[in-house]
Amino acid sequence: MLFYFFGALAVIASLLVIAQRNPVYSVLLLITSFGALSGLYVLLDAPFAAAIQIIVYAGAIMVLFLFVVMLLNTPHEDTDADEKTHPMLRPGPMRFGAAMAVALLGELAWALSRSGPTSTFSNTPVTSLSAIGYTLFTDYAFQFEVTSVLILVAMVGAVLMARREDQPGEKR
Amino acid sequence: MPSLNDYLILSAVLFTIGTAGVFVRRNLITILLSIEIMLNAVNLSFVAFGRAFGTVEGQIIVFFVMTVAAAEAAVGLAIVIALFRHRESLNPDAFTALKW
Repeated sequence: MLFYFFGALAVIASLLVIAQRNPVYSVLLLITSFGALSGLYVLLDAPFAAAIQIIVYAGAIMVLFLFVVMLLNTPHEDTDADEKTHPMLRPGPMRFGAAMAVALLGELAWALSRSGPTSTFSNTPVTSLSAIGYTLFTDYAFQFEVTSVLILVAMVGAVLMARREDQPGEKR
Repeated sequence: MPSLNDYLILSAVLFTIGTAGVFVRRNLITILLSIEIMLNAVNLSFVAFGRAFGTVEGQIIVFFVMTVAAAEAAVGLAIVIALFRHRESLNPDAFTALKW
Protein backbone atom coordinates (compact mmCIF):
# COMPACT_ATOMS: atom_id res chain seq x y z
CA MET A 1 0.00 0.00 0.00
CA LEU A 2 2.73 2.43 0.98
CA PHE A 3 4.66 1.30 -2.08
CA TYR A 4 1.88 2.50 -4.38
CA PHE A 5 1.55 5.78 -2.50
CA PHE A 6 5.27 6.58 -2.68
CA GLY A 7 5.56 5.27 -6.22
CA ALA A 8 2.66 7.37 -7.48
CA LEU A 9 4.04 10.41 -5.66
CA ALA A 10 7.47 9.93 -7.24
CA VAL A 11 6.06 9.44 -10.75
CA ILE A 12 3.66 12.39 -10.56
CA ALA A 13 6.27 14.72 -9.09
CA SER A 14 8.83 13.68 -11.74
CA LEU A 15 6.30 14.24 -14.52
CA LEU A 16 5.55 17.69 -13.16
CA VAL A 17 9.30 18.42 -12.99
CA ILE A 18 9.63 18.13 -16.77
CA ALA A 19 6.26 19.84 -17.41
CA GLN A 20 7.02 23.02 -15.46
CA ARG A 21 8.07 26.27 -17.09
CA ASN A 22 9.61 27.76 -13.98
CA PRO A 23 12.83 25.98 -12.95
CA VAL A 24 12.27 26.88 -9.28
CA TYR A 25 9.08 24.83 -9.24
CA SER A 26 10.91 22.04 -11.05
CA VAL A 27 13.58 21.89 -8.35
CA LEU A 28 11.03 21.92 -5.53
CA LEU A 29 9.00 19.15 -7.19
CA LEU A 30 12.16 17.12 -7.66
CA ILE A 31 12.80 17.41 -3.92
CA THR A 32 9.28 15.99 -3.40
CA SER A 33 10.13 13.13 -5.73
CA PHE A 34 13.33 12.43 -3.81
CA GLY A 35 11.37 12.36 -0.55
CA ALA A 36 9.06 9.72 -2.04
CA LEU A 37 12.08 7.70 -3.20
CA SER A 38 13.49 7.93 0.30
CA GLY A 39 10.26 6.41 1.60
CA LEU A 40 10.67 3.59 -0.92
CA TYR A 41 14.20 2.97 0.37
CA VAL A 42 12.79 2.64 3.88
CA LEU A 43 10.28 0.09 2.55
CA LEU A 44 13.24 -1.77 1.02
CA ASP A 45 14.94 -1.97 4.45
CA ALA A 46 17.69 0.43 3.38
CA PRO A 47 17.64 3.19 6.00
CA PHE A 48 21.18 4.29 5.12
CA ALA A 49 20.20 4.95 1.50
CA ALA A 50 17.05 6.73 2.68
CA ALA A 51 19.02 8.98 5.01
CA ILE A 52 21.66 9.99 2.48
CA GLN A 53 18.94 10.47 -0.11
CA ILE A 54 17.40 13.15 2.09
CA ILE A 55 20.58 14.65 3.53
CA VAL A 56 22.88 14.64 0.50
CA TYR A 57 20.48 14.70 -2.45
CA ALA A 58 17.55 16.77 -1.26
CA GLY A 59 19.60 18.73 1.23
CA ALA A 60 22.80 19.52 -0.64
CA ILE A 61 22.58 18.85 -4.38
CA MET A 62 19.09 20.26 -4.83
CA VAL A 63 19.95 23.34 -2.78
CA LEU A 64 22.90 23.84 -5.13
CA PHE A 65 20.48 23.67 -8.06
CA LEU A 66 18.09 26.07 -6.37
CA PHE A 67 20.95 28.44 -5.64
CA VAL A 68 22.03 28.49 -9.28
CA VAL A 69 18.45 28.90 -10.53
CA MET A 70 17.95 31.90 -8.30
CA LEU A 71 21.39 33.27 -9.15
CA LEU A 72 20.68 33.17 -12.89
CA ASN A 73 17.20 34.58 -12.31
CA THR A 74 15.56 33.23 -15.46
CA PRO A 75 12.04 32.26 -14.47
CA HIS A 76 10.97 31.57 -18.05
CA GLU A 77 12.36 30.05 -21.18
CA ASP A 78 13.70 32.41 -23.71
CA THR A 79 12.15 32.59 -27.13
CA ASP A 80 8.59 33.65 -27.85
CA ALA A 81 7.84 30.33 -29.52
CA ASP A 82 8.93 28.55 -26.35
CA GLU A 83 6.75 30.82 -24.29
CA LYS A 84 3.65 30.16 -26.37
CA THR A 85 3.77 26.39 -26.51
CA HIS A 86 3.66 23.97 -23.64
CA PRO A 87 6.95 22.08 -23.26
CA MET A 88 5.31 18.73 -23.98
CA LEU A 89 3.63 19.90 -27.19
CA ARG A 90 6.54 21.15 -29.25
CA PRO A 91 7.20 20.00 -32.77
CA GLY A 92 10.02 18.21 -34.48
CA PRO A 93 12.86 16.49 -32.66
CA MET A 94 11.28 17.02 -29.26
CA ARG A 95 8.19 15.04 -30.20
CA PHE A 96 10.46 12.41 -31.72
CA GLY A 97 12.40 12.32 -28.45
CA ALA A 98 9.22 11.84 -26.46
CA ALA A 99 8.22 9.00 -28.78
CA MET A 100 11.64 7.43 -28.26
CA ALA A 101 11.20 7.69 -24.50
CA VAL A 102 7.85 5.88 -24.75
CA ALA A 103 9.54 3.22 -26.88
CA LEU A 104 12.20 2.86 -24.17
CA LEU A 105 9.49 2.32 -21.56
CA GLY A 106 7.87 -0.31 -23.78
CA GLU A 107 11.15 -2.14 -24.20
CA LEU A 108 11.88 -2.11 -20.47
CA ALA A 109 8.37 -3.33 -19.64
CA TRP A 110 8.68 -6.08 -22.26
CA ALA A 111 12.03 -7.18 -20.83
CA LEU A 112 10.62 -7.22 -17.30
CA SER A 113 7.50 -9.12 -18.36
CA ARG A 114 9.67 -11.95 -19.70
CA SER A 115 11.61 -12.38 -16.49
CA GLY A 116 8.93 -14.57 -14.91
CA PRO A 117 7.70 -14.45 -11.34
CA THR A 118 10.08 -12.83 -8.92
CA SER A 119 10.68 -13.08 -5.23
CA THR A 120 8.88 -10.95 -2.72
CA PHE A 121 12.11 -10.32 -0.80
CA SER A 122 12.38 -13.49 1.29
CA ASN A 123 16.03 -12.87 2.21
CA THR A 124 16.99 -11.31 5.48
CA PRO A 125 17.66 -7.64 4.85
CA VAL A 126 21.03 -5.98 5.49
CA THR A 127 20.05 -2.87 7.40
CA SER A 128 22.90 -2.34 9.84
CA LEU A 129 25.02 0.69 9.18
CA SER A 130 28.09 -1.08 10.56
CA ALA A 131 27.83 -3.81 7.92
CA ILE A 132 27.65 -1.16 5.19
CA GLY A 133 30.57 0.75 6.64
CA TYR A 134 32.66 -2.38 7.07
CA THR A 135 32.19 -3.41 3.43
CA LEU A 136 32.72 0.16 2.23
CA PHE A 137 36.06 0.53 4.00
CA THR A 138 37.43 -2.96 3.32
CA ASP A 139 36.25 -4.32 -0.03
CA TYR A 140 35.60 -0.92 -1.55
CA ALA A 141 38.30 1.15 0.13
CA PHE A 142 40.12 1.87 -3.14
CA GLN A 143 36.93 2.98 -4.86
CA PHE A 144 36.15 5.17 -1.87
CA GLU A 145 39.50 6.94 -2.17
CA VAL A 146 39.08 7.37 -5.92
CA THR A 147 35.73 8.98 -5.18
CA SER A 148 37.44 11.54 -2.97
CA VAL A 149 39.80 12.40 -5.84
CA LEU A 150 36.77 12.73 -8.12
CA ILE A 151 35.13 15.17 -5.73
CA LEU A 152 38.35 17.19 -5.51
CA VAL A 153 38.66 17.38 -9.29
CA ALA A 154 35.01 18.36 -9.62
CA MET A 155 35.43 21.08 -7.02
CA VAL A 156 38.51 22.55 -8.72
CA GLY A 157 36.83 22.31 -12.11
CA ALA A 158 33.67 24.01 -10.91
CA VAL A 159 35.62 26.87 -9.36
CA LEU A 160 37.73 27.26 -12.49
CA MET A 161 34.81 27.27 -14.90
CA ALA A 162 32.46 29.48 -12.93
CA ARG A 163 35.18 32.06 -12.26
CA ARG A 164 34.62 35.44 -13.84
CA GLU A 165 37.35 36.24 -16.30
CA ASP A 166 39.37 39.26 -15.44
CA GLN A 167 38.54 42.42 -17.30
CA PRO A 168 41.45 43.92 -19.26
CA GLY A 169 43.10 46.73 -17.36
CA GLU A 170 41.59 45.62 -14.08
CA LYS A 171 43.91 44.83 -11.21
CA ARG A 172 43.65 41.49 -9.52
CA MET B 1 3.66 -6.96 -0.66
CA PRO B 2 5.33 -5.57 -3.80
CA SER B 3 7.80 -7.82 -5.57
CA LEU B 4 11.13 -7.02 -7.17
CA ASN B 5 9.42 -6.59 -10.53
CA ASP B 6 7.18 -3.85 -9.15
CA TYR B 7 10.20 -1.86 -8.03
CA LEU B 8 11.94 -2.41 -11.37
CA ILE B 9 8.87 -1.25 -13.29
CA LEU B 10 8.67 1.89 -11.15
CA SER B 11 12.37 2.44 -11.78
CA ALA B 12 11.82 2.02 -15.53
CA VAL B 13 8.96 4.53 -15.47
CA LEU B 14 11.08 7.10 -13.62
CA PHE B 15 14.02 6.53 -15.97
CA THR B 16 11.72 7.06 -18.96
CA ILE B 17 10.43 10.30 -17.48
CA GLY B 18 14.01 11.49 -17.12
CA THR B 19 14.85 10.49 -20.69
CA ALA B 20 11.77 12.28 -22.00
CA GLY B 21 12.79 15.36 -20.02
CA VAL B 22 16.24 15.41 -21.61
CA PHE B 23 14.71 15.11 -25.08
CA VAL B 24 11.72 17.39 -24.70
CA ARG B 25 12.91 20.32 -22.61
CA ARG B 26 14.97 23.18 -24.00
CA ASN B 27 16.27 24.54 -20.72
CA LEU B 28 19.72 23.57 -19.45
CA ILE B 29 18.67 23.55 -15.79
CA THR B 30 15.70 21.28 -16.46
CA ILE B 31 17.86 18.96 -18.56
CA LEU B 32 20.26 18.60 -15.60
CA LEU B 33 17.27 17.92 -13.33
CA SER B 34 16.10 15.23 -15.74
CA ILE B 35 19.52 13.59 -15.52
CA GLU B 36 19.11 13.58 -11.74
CA ILE B 37 15.74 11.81 -12.17
CA MET B 38 17.46 9.15 -14.29
CA LEU B 39 20.23 8.65 -11.72
CA ASN B 40 17.64 8.23 -8.98
CA ALA B 41 15.69 5.69 -11.01
CA VAL B 42 18.86 3.63 -11.34
CA ASN B 43 19.51 4.04 -7.62
CA LEU B 44 16.07 2.62 -6.88
CA SER B 45 16.74 -0.48 -8.94
CA PHE B 46 20.13 -0.93 -7.25
CA VAL B 47 18.55 -0.82 -3.80
CA ALA B 48 15.77 -3.19 -4.90
CA PHE B 49 18.29 -5.68 -6.30
CA GLY B 50 20.41 -5.43 -3.15
CA ARG B 51 17.34 -6.15 -1.07
CA ALA B 52 16.30 -9.08 -3.27
CA PHE B 53 19.73 -10.71 -3.13
CA GLY B 54 20.27 -9.88 0.53
CA THR B 55 23.63 -8.18 -0.10
CA VAL B 56 25.03 -4.88 1.07
CA GLU B 57 26.44 -3.85 -2.31
CA GLY B 58 23.13 -2.37 -3.43
CA GLN B 59 23.37 0.40 -0.86
CA ILE B 60 27.09 0.93 -1.34
CA ILE B 61 26.73 1.61 -5.06
CA VAL B 62 23.97 4.09 -4.23
CA PHE B 63 26.57 5.95 -2.19
CA PHE B 64 28.94 6.03 -5.18
CA VAL B 65 26.20 7.08 -7.59
CA MET B 66 25.34 9.96 -5.29
CA THR B 67 28.95 11.16 -5.21
CA VAL B 68 29.08 11.05 -9.00
CA ALA B 69 25.77 12.94 -9.11
CA ALA B 70 27.16 15.59 -6.79
CA ALA B 71 30.27 16.03 -8.94
CA GLU B 72 28.16 16.12 -12.09
CA ALA B 73 25.81 18.71 -10.62
CA ALA B 74 28.67 20.95 -9.48
CA VAL B 75 30.52 20.85 -12.80
CA GLY B 76 27.33 21.04 -14.86
CA LEU B 77 26.03 24.05 -13.00
CA ALA B 78 29.42 25.75 -13.30
CA ILE B 79 29.25 25.23 -17.07
CA VAL B 80 25.69 26.58 -17.10
CA ILE B 81 26.79 29.70 -15.23
CA ALA B 82 29.72 30.24 -17.62
CA LEU B 83 27.48 29.78 -20.66
CA PHE B 84 24.80 32.08 -19.26
CA ARG B 85 27.40 34.75 -18.70
CA HIS B 86 28.33 34.65 -22.39
CA ARG B 87 24.91 34.38 -24.00
CA GLU B 88 22.31 35.47 -21.42
CA SER B 89 20.37 32.35 -22.34
CA LEU B 90 19.68 28.88 -21.02
CA ASN B 91 18.45 27.47 -24.32
CA PRO B 92 20.83 24.81 -25.65
CA ASP B 93 20.06 25.95 -29.21
CA ALA B 94 21.84 29.22 -28.38
CA PHE B 95 25.14 27.40 -27.94
CA THR B 96 25.83 26.09 -31.41
CA ALA B 97 29.27 27.63 -31.96
CA LEU B 98 32.40 26.07 -30.51
CA LYS B 99 34.02 29.46 -30.09
CA TRP B 100 32.79 33.01 -29.77
